[in-house]
Amino acid sequence: MTESIYPLLALSCPALGSVLILISGKRPNVREAWTLLASLFQFVIILSMVPAILDGKKIVCFLFTMFPGIDFGFHVDAFGLLFALTASSLWILVSIYSIGYMRALEEHAQTRFYFCFALAILGAMGVSLSGNLATMYIFYEILTVSTYPLVAHEQSSEALFAGRKYLAYLLTGGCFLLGAIALTYSISGTTDFRPGGVLTGAMASPSMFILLFILFIIGFMKAAYFPFHSWLPTAMVAPTPVSALLHAVAVVKAGVFGVVRIVTYIYGVDLMGELGLGILLAFFAGFTMIVASLFAIAQDNLKRRLAYSTISQLSFIVFGVALLSPMGVTGAMIHIPFHGFMKITLFLCAGSILVVSGKKNISEMSGVGRTMPITMLAFTVGVLGMCGVPPIAGFISKWYLGLGAIQSGHFIFLALLLIASLLDVVYFYPIIRTVFFQKIWTHELLPGDQEAPVEVFIQRPPVLEMRRPLYFFMLIPLTITASFSILFCLFPNLFSIYSLAQMAVRDLFRGL
Amino acid sequence: MVEHFPVLVVVLSLLSSITIFIAGWISRKTPCYLSTATLLGQFIASLFILHHVMTIGPIHYRLGGWVPPWGIEYVMDALNAYILVVLLFLGLVCVIYSKRNIEHELPQKVVSFYTIYQLLITGLCGITVTGDIFNMYVFIEITCLSAYALIASRGKIALKASFTYLVLGSIGACFFLLGIGFLYSVTGSLNIHDLSILLPPFYGNKVVRAAFVFFIVGLSIKMALFPLHTWLPDAHAFAPSEISAMLSGIIIEVSTYAFIRVAFSVFTVNFIKLLPVFEILSWIAALAIVIGSVLAIAQSNLKRMLAYSSVANMGYIMLAVGLSMSAARYPWSGLTPASMHILNHALMKGCLFLIAGAFIYKADLWEIKDFKGLGRRMPYTCAAFVVAALSMIGVPPSVGFSSKLYIILASLEAKKFVFVAVLLLSSLLNLIYFWRVIETMYMKREEGTEHAHSSPVLRDEIPLSMLIPILTLSSLCILMGILWLAKIPTPILDRVNLLFGLVGGPG
Repeated sequence: MTESIYPLLALSCPALGSVLILISGKRPNVREAWTLLASLFQFVIILSMVPAILDGKKIVCFLFTMFPGIDFGFHVDAFGLLFALTASSLWILVSIYSIGYMRALEEHAQTRFYFCFALAILGAMGVSLSGNLATMYIFYEILTVSTYPLVAHEQSSEALFAGRKYLAYLLTGGCFLLGAIALTYSISGTTDFRPGGVLTGAMASPSMFILLFILFIIGFMKAAYFPFHSWLPTAMVAPTPVSALLHAVAVVKAGVFGVVRIVTYIYGVDLMGELGLGILLAFFAGFTMIVASLFAIAQDNLKRRLAYSTISQLSFIVFGVALLSPMGVTGAMIHIPFHGFMKITLFLCAGSILVVSGKKNISEMSGVGRTMPITMLAFTVGVLGMCGVPPIAGFISKWYLGLGAIQSGHFIFLALLLIASLLDVVYFYPIIRTVFFQKIWTHELLPGDQEAPVEVFIQRPPVLEMRRPLYFFMLIPLTITASFSILFCLFPNLFSIYSLAQMAVRDLFRGL
Repeated sequence: MVEHFPVLVVVLSLLSSITIFIAGWISRKTPCYLSTATLLGQFIASLFILHHVMTIGPIHYRLGGWVPPWGIEYVMDALNAYILVVLLFLGLVCVIYSKRNIEHELPQKVVSFYTIYQLLITGLCGITVTGDIFNMYVFIEITCLSAYALIASRGKIALKASFTYLVLGSIGACFFLLGIGFLYSVTGSLNIHDLSILLPPFYGNKVVRAAFVFFIVGLSIKMALFPLHTWLPDAHAFAPSEISAMLSGIIIEVSTYAFIRVAFSVFTVNFIKLLPVFEILSWIAALAIVIGSVLAIAQSNLKRMLAYSSVANMGYIMLAVGLSMSAARYPWSGLTPASMHILNHALMKGCLFLIAGAFIYKADLWEIKDFKGLGRRMPYTCAAFVVAALSMIGVPPSVGFSSKLYIILASLEAKKFVFVAVLLLSSLLNLIYFWRVIETMYMKREEGTEHAHSSPVLRDEIPLSMLIPILTLSSLCILMGILWLAKIPTPILDRVNLLFGLVGGPG
């Protein structure tokens, strides 16, 4: 245990950043500079905590006691740091990307956008670093509320509807979560995250534990499992950087993160196993994995398809934890950063396509592979990673998840995993095919013929993605995330991700 | 020195009311400044009283030197010292706000407005500081009479609202008086402390029990507890906004204070244990929370919506009072959640009503659907609205969150899971009716404009003297929330619990 203000510093970066952004709203360049600075500083601070954690120390930052047994403060452990690393590293890249995206599209209310973005990061960071459920809840709700203006950014009636739906789902979830937290506290007298759980010795009937678990699961609606998923595809009306960071990383991962915390640090692996909740959760997650993939096949809008893919992939994480085996939990934990990098690549590419060619639907995207070669190459890397093809990060996490399924002794779970992976291929392949291999036709009116436009085959379409310098702001981040997706497979211990997951798992399964 | 402050707070206010009336003849500008200065003085005095009570102990002040059971006594303990601070703070904030607003809305009635406003404050302070139950009745009447006048001051529809309040308020006062009469007939005393000593042998007496019921019904009307709330929406909606803020933020809360005082000081914990009154009260309160919120959703007028929300919030306070006997674990034991929400509601609702007043001041906007584009026209006011609304919804770390959390924990301890569900449901209902306003202010596009950003927006903020009170209250919504979570003001409330023989204090 070391007392340190590092967690507080990490949180103050987005907090201060948001204030500065608001102040310098009139000068866009200064405003974006604050975003970049805040994100860079935050990443450095988070990264500097890694060595201490790997030494087996715990970083604690105590502020005040809220209730007996509940402190408001931060308690950094390996798993929390893993999530913090993911979110803060991607914030830098997405900040750069948003500059290109927002300016190229000449979006309105950009100050509000960057302000809320920073606040959302504050929420995500707080969720990852907090040491107990009550503290986590506070930041969890900040995250919910601060993302509303981002979802409804466009202010069209469609966006307003999406925003309303978003709040209705997530704040209802928040209510359940608050009830669950209060119940946990009244049963066990604490809400601290402890490896092995805090509920084990508590005096309550098994049916109470099961009820509580259901409350928690509904509470973490951000994890977007069926049937509480529909806010996520609807929220895709948001600007792409928002979809990328928040709906692929911060918001949904906060939900999944919460589920992992509940399963491993509140209930504990043993209690979960005793109550049979692990198997229940695994089936629940497995169901979501498959059904979401089936839904994804039917989507023509690229971002919506990615959203369903996210729903499916999030359930991989929940699934891994529900296996309650060391390998499964490892797989789940490393899938958080790995999926984050891969999915963000895909979203950034989708955004770039929208900006450069104005296309939203997959069916219109024939030939984009020619006009935007680098973007689509990155996209392909992301897709292959999602499908679990080596040498891309997704392979590693799926490998561990598979091992976990075997370790848990239920081979049906392995089958579920493989089916879900196969479905990943089914819904991603058509995109690749359309983009690279379909012939490009454009409709042109021939002179003298008023009636029928004639389809003309274009031989060599121009490369569009480097036409404006602004596009580089988008191109560079997505190249970086794509290369990292590959690097993570070759060197899983980059940024100590693998060691951190190992640390966390070792703590959890000390008995085994 | 500080021992004399309780009476000073009341007398100062009364004298100031007369002074304002006279000074108003000479200059029409003075009343506001006089009122502000008086309230500032009172507020500082109340802080001294609170400090004295916390460090040295309760203050007993004998009016005219008469010994208590015969003479009137002012008693300051932790509970009323705390309420006094809250009430004078909101009074001060509202009077600062009122300067420009009253000049704008009631230019003919400035002098009488401040005269009556000071009378209102006198009455409220009197209810709070007194240790004599008949004296309390007198002050309740002073408060309500001045409130009737202030509500009616806008004329037209407000007259009807005021009249309804007058009729119902008088009935409530009658019940209260009947209760006092019954107790007097049994014990022959009117002093609160004396009553609490004389009453225990008569706890089984039907007259005493009937008196208790009279108190409950009388004060329930005054505090607009469902289903006796019918006077409230109109009265709160059509009064001048600073008076709405006072009505919702303080006047009905002071009635809950009177209830707590009667229940715990006149009757005691031992009496309450005999009857299932608090159980029934908490169920009624739970109903009030749900129905108040549902009715709020149905409103299209912002001030009426806020008024219904007050009905729901009275439910919060009374639910917390109802749970006070069964909650024993620190820090949500006893009256802590209830007293906490009195302050929290004063901050939130005060802020919201002042903001509603700001919209009326600037553009005569009453209906929620007309708020389109306000977010850009009045950025600071609207930002304050968002903060206060989020507080009402109970988003952490606001004050609303801390009250909600404390009441939930208290109901869990009492094993009343239904109340937990009610509280959580209520925050969702709050979300519905507050978000509608926020969405209209910020997100909905004004008709005729394709893109919200393309049209140049004229910033049109309210004057600084109105803006500062609003911003103060809204920032306190967050600040106090953090302070509550850090439990910095809780020692005061622990003292309250000790006073009434409820379990309290750490360890």
